[in-house]
Order: sequence, then structure tokens, then C-alpha cells
Amino acid sequence: MPDSPIAVEPHSPELRHHFADMEQQREASSLGMWLFLATEVMFFGGMFCAYLIYRLWYFPEFAAASKSLDITLGTVNTAVLICSSLTVVLAVRAAQLGKRHDQVVYLALTLVLGLAFLGVKGVEWTSKFKEHHIPGASFHFEGTVPGHPDQPVDQQHAQIFFSLYFAMTGMHALHMVIGVGIFSYLLYQAWKGRYTPDYYTPLENSGLYWHFVDIIWIYLFPLLYLIDRKK
Amino acid sequence: MFETFPLWPARASTTAGSVDALFIFLVALSALMSITIFTLIVVFAVRYRRRRGVPAEQIEGSTPLELIWSIIPLGIFMVIFVWGAVIYFKERTPPRGATEIYVVAKQWMWKLQHEEGQREINELHVPLGRDVKMILTSQDVIHSFYVPAFRIKQDVLPGRYTTAWFHPTKAGTYHLFCAEYCGTQHSGMIGQVVVLEPAQYEAWLSGGGAAGSMAATGQNVFLQLGCATCHRSDTQGRGPNLVGLFGKPVQLEDGRVVTADENYVRESILAPGAKIVSGFKPIMPVFQGLVSEEQLNALVAYVKSLNQNPSGAAGGPAVVPSGAKPQEQKVQ
Amino acid sequence: MATAAITAERENYLNQEYGIKSWLLTVDHKRIALLYLLSITFFFFIGGFFALLIRLELLTPAGDLVQADTYNKLFTMHGQVMVFFFLIPSIPAVLGNFLVPLMIGARDLAFPRINLLSWYLYIIAGIMMLHCMLTGGVDTGWTFYTPFSTAFSNTKVIEAGLAIFVSGFSSILTGLNFVVTIHRMRAPGMTWNRLPLFIWAHYATSIIQLLGTPVIAVTLVLVVLERALHLGIFDPTRGGDPLLFQHLFWFYSHPAVYIMILPSMGVVTEIVPCFTRKRIFGYKFVAMSSIGIAVLGFLVWAHHMFVAGISLYAALIFSMLSYLVAVPSAVKVFNWTATMYKGSITFSTPMLYAFGFIGLFLMGGLTGLFLSALGIDVHVTDTYFVVAHFHYIMVGGAVMGYLGGMHFWWPKISGRMYPEALGKLAAMIVFIGFNLTFFPQFILGYLGMPRRYWQYPPEFQVLNVLSTAGATVLAVGYVLPMVYFLWSMRYGKIAPANPWGASGLEWTTTSPPPTMNFERTPIVDWEAYDYENIPAPEEARVAG
Repeated sequence: MPDSPIAVEPHSPELRHHFADMEQQREASSLGMWLFLATEVMFFGGMFCAYLIYRLWYFPEFAAASKSLDITLGTVNTAVLICSSLTVVLAVRAAQLGKRHDQVVYLALTLVLGLAFLGVKGVEWTSKFKEHHIPGASFHFEGTVPGHPDQPVDQQHAQIFFSLYFAMTGMHALHMVIGVGIFSYLLYQAWKGRYTPDYYTPLENSGLYWHFVDIIWIYLFPLLYLIDRKK
Repeated sequence: MFETFPLWPARASTTAGSVDALFIFLVALSALMSITIFTLIVVFAVRYRRRRGVPAEQIEGSTPLELIWSIIPLGIFMVIFVWGAVIYFKERTPPRGATEIYVVAKQWMWKLQHEEGQREINELHVPLGRDVKMILTSQDVIHSFYVPAFRIKQDVLPGRYTTAWFHPTKAGTYHLFCAEYCGTQHSGMIGQVVVLEPAQYEAWLSGGGAAGSMAATGQNVFLQLGCATCHRSDTQGRGPNLVGLFGKPVQLEDGRVVTADENYVRESILAPGAKIVSGFKPIMPVFQGLVSEEQLNALVAYVKSLNQNPSGAAGGPAVVPSGAKPQEQKVQ
Repeated sequence: MATAAITAERENYLNQEYGIKSWLLTVDHKRIALLYLLSITFFFFIGGFFALLIRLELLTPAGDLVQADTYNKLFTMHGQVMVFFFLIPSIPAVLGNFLVPLMIGARDLAFPRINLLSWYLYIIAGIMMLHCMLTGGVDTGWTFYTPFSTAFSNTKVIEAGLAIFVSGFSSILTGLNFVVTIHRMRAPGMTWNRLPLFIWAHYATSIIQLLGTPVIAVTLVLVVLERALHLGIFDPTRGGDPLLFQHLFWFYSHPAVYIMILPSMGVVTEIVPCFTRKRIFGYKFVAMSSIGIAVLGFLVWAHHMFVAGISLYAALIFSMLSYLVAVPSAVKVFNWTATMYKGSITFSTPMLYAFGFIGLFLMGGLTGLFLSALGIDVHVTDTYFVVAHFHYIMVGGAVMGYLGGMHFWWPKISGRMYPEALGKLAAMIVFIGFNLTFFPQFILGYLGMPRRYWQYPPEFQVLNVLSTAGATVLAVGYVLPMVYFLWSMRYGKIAPANPWGASGLEWTTTSPPPTMNFERTPIVDWEAYDYENIPAPEEARVAG
């Protein structure tokens, strides 16, 4: 069989030696991140599935519970996350253009926005705690079924809404925290000048992760906050 | 087969015959397939064992062969599917007019109650040659009601009713097992089903200390809990009229139409807000935690009985002869 | 390769570096494979020990060896350990890790550090599981149905659930690594249609690992939350639905069984051509059948729920789909058999395991047809019939495939030959012991003996005694290879690069291979299973 030597041409210091060249490394990393995101879709999908089933069965209670969520804060958070996805894209663009300073600025902005999201979430959850909407021994949901002022909501059904609400937003928040950790690391590395037009794969792939977490929120927000709001 | 070393379960219901027939067919089919493949392998192994100077013949494949041995098995599988489905369909469709037994499973025993009122623990007496339908629920975890001799099994769930039915064809005593792992004494949740000749069954039924039929008990509960205040037989009641309700479609206020079966009656008592009948207000109190499973069963039996005794809901104490004959299932 | 023993040992992945750090911090896929080999063997014997205790208890109808609660923990932990800590990793993490890069002509997997992380996650999960077992154990059954597991069991459900959650991560990362590697790191000329079918099988397995495992992960999260915080998602007394749990659980756990069998099928598809000296019959069909099993396997989960309270119509659909998924498996059996036609067959130990696999997988698969038939399933579900069915596939199938693969690639992995006579003996002991253990259980199941029973009616005793007798024989069959593999590492004959005259790039390297696998990147211009151009081994002390 014909021989072919190992590549010994000059290569980027970032090339890991089990890869033949940077292109293969880049493609492999990208495919890896996309596959990982597919697993995340399945993960969140399980909870979405449970949510959709119970919403179908317990619609009045879900509508009442949804109304008790703070739509202003939810909208603010949605805007915050969308902006943060923008800053991520701009950071990647800055790397492509070799602009170290801009990278750092945009990554820092992303972090700030991410932390802002978590802060607003904290505020929301605190108010839920005060209203006794956290599932458990002291759960109590005041209120009636929307459109039926004489019908109190079934406490169990309302509690299931909140169980799923906290499970889903909690999982999402956990992913945000991990994202903040990753982007802190990226900020540090970007500041050290590691990402150049020849090598910005970690930025790109982490960006994919961040966009994914954003998209999960884009689904969570209407599903959880906007049930039956027109009334 | 053998007394101490059986190889085949007793066959004691109409279903058992059908299930065994399909099983035997599948055993024969499997034996045929296995013997064919094993024989081919052995023959090839011997005939084509390595011999000097005789190389292997490189054969790429054969698309026609691949199609044949995909499509023919698929065809056979579809036959098996339909055959199994037909049996299952019959198993899942209890016949009308069956004798009803209410079963409450709990860790780790079976509580059974006949319509006539007889209660049994871990033992079920049934008459030979009559359809028997069981309405099952659990007080705690998931159990499963399994009578191998009848070839029936049905998971028993907390919070709702499931049903199963059988038609015994052979007198005798048969194992009753719990077949869904339920904790420490799962393997101790064993009982028996005793199939009696009709005359013996009547004797058994009248011999027990029945405290009144389930429907009569149900009527008592109905009165005790104040149900009659709103559920009256005229149209003046604040709640829907229950006479003639059971088994019929009900229009709900959100537009849906549901059937008033056992689960509907149960849910209406425990979580009345879930389904509001069209034209009525959602004012029925919640009875979750205020009625036991046995009381629920009795109420269900009572509501069923209203299909035959319209004056039952109008109040007035019920006169209940003890040891009622099975033919007179509904009592005033 | 020279027939004389190599006195000066060439540098290979085993001797390149010594010391515990070089093993615990390795990123070499071959060393990681061995790390996995040690760990899964450990858990196999733990799970096997539990099985022996179960079978000993079942010698008599009365519960007289252990208490009922203990017995319930034994079968629970036997299932959890065997499924999550042995079967699911086994072939992919040991043989897959070792061979995937070699077979495709790559120097390592796409993400070597993630590979190591995968092993550490497995170890962490294993430690959590061991801790759980040693401090009380868990008694929910490996299927941990609600509401028993969330609201009634008094055992360490949360800890076991978290252990399995972590092990799931390990599985996902292995799958991810394989898919990316197979897509992106094939050597020049190694097209998809030239890949060994072992690779196709692992590709299909990895897809299932990626898409299925997250669902059990989220199910475990919900169960843990429910149990810890008394939520009501699966508890009817709090407005929840226990059947929702079952759907979520089986959505993963059914495809999981294909994770456990597909790699074995891949192994058999490598062994049979080698010992018949012919290319596999119907390469494309076998490749497509692996993909078909993976896809269809996601559509049949509720066949575990026919008596659970699902609707009649759902049951009909899932029964019909279950018959569809049986077709690609049948196709594989026919293709293996057809490969033997006009072959030139020898009966080495790997080939004996392959024969055993084909026969036992066939029987297990045929009994799957019984279970998919709704009317039959009502009678035999939750009985020993199901137990027998899945052990035929998992043990008669998957474990025999694993052992066959271990014997086939042992020379490559260790550089030594195992003792052939003992290998054949162990294979036959395993085959006999297996059938004696599990065939009586089909009869027990149809008779009506439910599963998970600590005590049972006396008329079931004779069959139970036969089954236990078989288990002891089976145990001997499993211990033997442990012993002689270890023995061979010091005293076994030195293995040449290709003792079997097998096709595949892994056989073009030395035994054991060098750390970087290939001195020069291979360029492939030949088809898979190129047996007409590969001479049978002269050194054949392995002919039957």
C-alpha cells in the first residue's frame, strides 16, 4: 500500500496532533458541539413533553398560574438574552477580524447580560417564594380559574405547574451558570490574545452553546408566561 | 401436566384457549426457524470446514434473497400481530351484563367486594360459566392482578380504575399473583380464585355475612355525605341528575363530551372541578381525603344502580335484605 | 511477521510509559480502553455476585436465605449494575474505544480528553453506586416505577438515581466521540462503504446513546426532585400521573437495549468473515440494518406497557411497530448464516462464541415475537418469560459477543495469545451453563411465575433448581477467561501482528500497536473484508 507521511509542515500551535490539519480539527469540534446540542434538545424535550401533557389536562390551573408570573420581568429577560446572543456573535466576528480589544468588550458584555438574566431570575424566584408558590409543604395558590370567579383552582394541579416551572427554569438557569463559567474562561483567553482569525473555534462553539440556551428560553417564555394572557 | 412439576398452566377460561393456541403456533414457528438455522449452520460448518486447496468463494450478496427474507418474515409477523391483536381486543372489551367485582389492592393484600356486598381478602369466589368483570384500583402503589390460569393480567393503579374480565370454564382453585413489583411483600401478595359450580356459588353467596349490597352501601354513603342535597332526581337540583347517567355521554361546559364511566364518577367525587357539566356551576365540594376506596367503590356501584331504579336518588332509606340473590343485583 | 518470538520488545502503547500517572492521565484511546476493561470487569463480578445470591435464594420456594427486603435490593442492584455499569459501556468503551480509531486509520478519537473524562465520570458514578449499595442499597427494581420509588420506598433512591445520571453522561460522551470520529477522521480512501461493519454498528449505537440517554437523565432529575421535595409530577395523590413516568422511562430504556446488542452484532460481523475467509454476505444490508434497528428502536417503547393502562389503540400501534423492528435483526442472522455458505471455516474460540451468539440471539429474538403479540404479552409480561427473553439477548447475545470480541482482539490488545484449548472449553461451558440457567425460565414464565418474587409456590421449584444449577456452571465459564487472560499477559505466546489473517486496518499494526497507531497514515484503496487477497494464517494452531 502507498505511503503518506505525517504532516510535518508548519502548523498552528493550536493543532492537536491526532488531527491531520486545522480544518479537520475545526470540523470535528463543530460537529461535536452540534451533537452535544442535540442531546440537550432531548434533555429539555423530556420536560417540555411532561409540561405539554399537564397543560392539556389542567389548562385552567395552568392559565391561572401563568398569569401569576411577572410578564414584565420575563420580557426583560427575553430581551436581555437576545442581546447577549448578539454580543456573542459580535465577539466571534471580532475574532474573525483579529480585533482583540473588541472581542474582550463583547465577551464582557455577554457576561454582564448573562449575569443580569440570572439576577432577574433571582428576583422572580424570590417573589414566588414570598407568594408561597414554591412547591412543597407551604405551597398555596390563591386565585380562581380564569373566567370563573367562583371556582377556586385545584391546589394540586397548580402545584404541578410550579413544579415544572421551577424544574424547567431551574435547569435553564443551571445551563446559564455553566455558560457564564465558560464565557469567563473565554474572556480571559481572549484578553490573552489566544483567539485569532486562524483559530477562534472555542469562541464559535461556545457561541453555539449560548445561542442554544437562548433558544430554550425563547420556548420557555411563551409556554410558561403567556398562557391565555389575552383575557 | 405433572402434579409437582407442571409444564403447562391450567386452562380455566375462554381466553386461555385462544392465548394457548397462538402460543403453540409461535412455539412451532420458533422451533421451525431455530431448527432451520441451526441445521444450516451445522451443515455449512461441516461441509465448508477448512480444507487445503479449497478456498472460500467470495459472494457479494444477493438483493433478491435479502428482499425475500425481509418480506416473508414481515408478512408472518403481521399475521402474528393481527392474531395477537384480536385476542387483546377481546380481552380489553368486557362484555355487557358481566358480574362486577370491585378490587382494591394495597400493600400487600387484595381486597375484593362483590356487588351483593360480600367482601373477601386475597380470595375471590366466582361462578363457573359467567362473565366476570373486575374494577380495580390501588390504595398506594402500582400492583397487577394476574391469574395465570385465566391468562389475564391488568395493572392496578392508584388514583384511577382499570378493568379486566374473564369467563371461567373450569371449576377449581387457581393462583392469584401480584405481578407488578410493589415493595417488601410483593411475593406475598398471593391469593386464589375459586371457581364454583353455579349452585355452589349461590350457596356461598348467601352463606356469608354480607352487610348489604354495594349499591345499598353506596346509597347510605350518598345520604351520609349529603350528596342528595344537590343531586336530585328532578331538575331542580344544584347538581346534575344521576338517574340514568352511568354509561351515557355527558356534555361538559367547555364543549367536550365524555362518557360517564367508573373513572368519571370517581373523578367527579374527588376532583369535581376537573369536568363541569354544561349548565351547572362549579360549586361541588371536593371529597378527596373524605372517602375511602371502599366507599368510592360503593358510590360507583350505587350510581350504576340508578340506571335501573329511578326512585333510588330521591332519598328515603333503602330496605336491604341480607344475602340478596345474585339475580336481584340492584336493590332499592 | 516473523514466526520467531520478538526478543527486543518494540515500543508500543503498553510499554511507552510506565507509572500510575501515565495511566490515570492518559489520553491514548487504547489505554483508556484498558482502564474501562478493568472497571467494567469489576462491576460485572459485582452484578454477577448479586445474581448468584438471587439464584441461591430461589433454590427453595420459601424465602429462607435472605430477608424479603434484601432480596428486593439484590435484584434491583443486579439490574442496575449490569445494565448501566456493565452492558451499556462494555463493548463500546472497551473494544470500541480501542478499535474505532485503528479500524478507520486514525491516530486517536476526535476528543481524547473527553474520552478520559468519560471514564472518570463512569468511575465517579461507580463510586456513588458502590456507596449507595454499601450504605443500604435500593429496592425499587432497576425500572424504579413511581409512585413506589418516589413516595414509598425507604431506600437510597436519590443516590442511586444520581449515580445512574452521572453514568449516563459517560455514555453520551462516548457516543459523541464515536460519531464525530467516524464522520471526520477516516483515513483517505476509507469511504463509508469500506468501513468495517463493527464501525457501522458502533455508529448506530452512538446515535442511540446521544439521543436516548438525555431522556433518562431528565427523568431521573424529575424523580429525584419529586422524592426530595414531595412534588406531584408522577404521584396520583398529588395530581400526577405514574404512567407519564413509565413513558419517559421506557423512551430511553427500550433504545438502551439496542445500545447493548448492536455492538455485539458488530463484533460477530467481524469474526464470521475472518473464520470463513469470505467477505460478509450483503454488506449494505447489514450496514443498513444497524441503522434501521437504531431508528425503529425509538418507536416501540410502550410495548413494555401493554397492561399498564394505556389505550387499546396505542397498544395496537406499538405492537405493530415492534414487529417492524424485528425484521432488521432477522436479516442480520440470515446474512451471517449465508456468509458461511461456501466458506472455508475454522473453529477458533472467537468463532465458537460467534456461533453461540447467533443461536442464542435467534432464540431470544424469536421470543421477542411472543412478547410483541398483545394477547400473549398480557399473560407473560412481568413473568419469568420476559426475564428469560432479555437474558437470552443480553447474556446469550451481548455477553457472548463481548467475550468473542475479547478473544478475537486479545492478541492485538495485549500482544499475547490466550490458551486456545482453555478458550474453547470456557466457550462451551458458558453455552451449556447459559441454556441450563435460562431455558427453564421460559417455562416458568408461561406457567405464571411472576418476576421479582422472593418466595414462590412449590410447584415451580424443580425448574428453579435447574436454573440455579445452570447459573453455577455459567459462573465457572466466566471466571475461566479472567484467569487465563491474566495468565497470558505474562506466559502467553507472543502474538504476531495478524494471528488470524483478518482483514481490517487494526491488523496492519503491531501487536500491541504503537501509541500513535500508524507510522504512516494508511491510504485505503481496497474494499472491506478483502479476504480473497489475505492469506490464511500459516501459524494456525487455532484451526479446529
